[in-house]
Amino acid sequence: MKQDTLYQYILGIADNSLILGQRLGELCGHGPTLETDIAITNISLDLIGQTRSYYQYAAGLSDEGITEDDIAFLRKEREYRNVLLVEQPNTHFGYVMVRQFFFDVFHLLFLKELQQSADETLVAIANKAVKEVGYHQRFSSDWIKRLGDGTEESHQKVQEAVNDLWRYTDELFYMTEADKAMFNNDIGVDLSHLKDTYYETITTVLSDATLAVPDNTYFQKGGKDGIHTEHMGYLLSDLQYMQRTYPNMNW
Amino acid sequence: MKNNWPLWEVFVRSKNGLEHRHFGSLHAADAEMALENARDVYTRRSEGVSIWVVESKHITASNPSENGEMFEPAQDKVYRHPTFYNLPDEVKHM
Repeated sequence: MKQDTLYQYILGIADNSLILGQRLGELCGHGPTLETDIAITNISLDLIGQTRSYYQYAAGLSDEGITEDDIAFLRKEREYRNVLLVEQPNTHFGYVMVRQFFFDVFHLLFLKELQQSADETLVAIANKAVKEVGYHQRFSSDWIKRLGDGTEESHQKVQEAVNDLWRYTDELFYMTEADKAMFNNDIGVDLSHLKDTYYETITTVLSDATLAVPDNTYFQKGGKDGIHTEHMGYLLSDLQYMQRTYPNMNW
Repeated sequence: MKNNWPLWEVFVRSKNGLEHRHFGSLHAADAEMALENARDVYTRRSEGVSIWVVESKHITASNPSENGEMFEPAQDKVYRHPTFYNLPDEVKHM
């Protein structure tokens, strides 16, 4: 493939949205209230919509005649490039919101940088997505404050989620070979440049929420290189079930 | 959790220039959450450009059992409609 690095770079962005969208989609019909259920499903659909734009672009770069669906449903686990954070399970509502918040803050900073890319298609996708993600961050930040500064039980549960998911935040700034190459071509985003602002925002919201910022410095990574946590296989078996069981099935 | 959340009434303006109309109601812990919930429940198919929310308890409603004294006295007073004037043809859109 002529533009293999760009192809890999796009998948690296899009897979985060696909996998987080899938995780949120699992909650459809299971949200804690009707209103929250609809809100979470809306966010899921925003993310999957973004994923489609990226995959359509990537499929067009490939010379193997593949479609967006092939990219979404027919890759092996090792070929997905999402960060470990987004594949973590919906353990309880505190985890759902903390995972969302940790990702949203990164996602918004990332898209604002991507708007400056030299690649017109990526700029167009970022321009549309940045408004959606601005709302996602507002929604998840609000919930972090509500839960943290809520009851004793909600505080304890959301703190547990913060402590457990903290180890996956550093990977957001890890740059793969494709990330570095695309940054050098003025197409990609310099992730390391986002890190300080990211942790400042996170710290401000956690403090407002009366939550403690974890001080552990042991971080996990691997997802961006295709090495996923044990949860990924189960997620993919759900996601890919239809295409694996009935190949080439259409609506 | 849901039982503790008060009920809110949602009013949405569909287009600039139009008035806010009552769209429905929902549960939320406070005004901010009510606004966000209203955004997701009632405007996700781009039905609106502005949302008002008000806690339902702040609305004072007329009592249906008093409809007789409230509304019937107006029924035989057709002269309150401005329909007894002869309009010149030049006046349009009345």
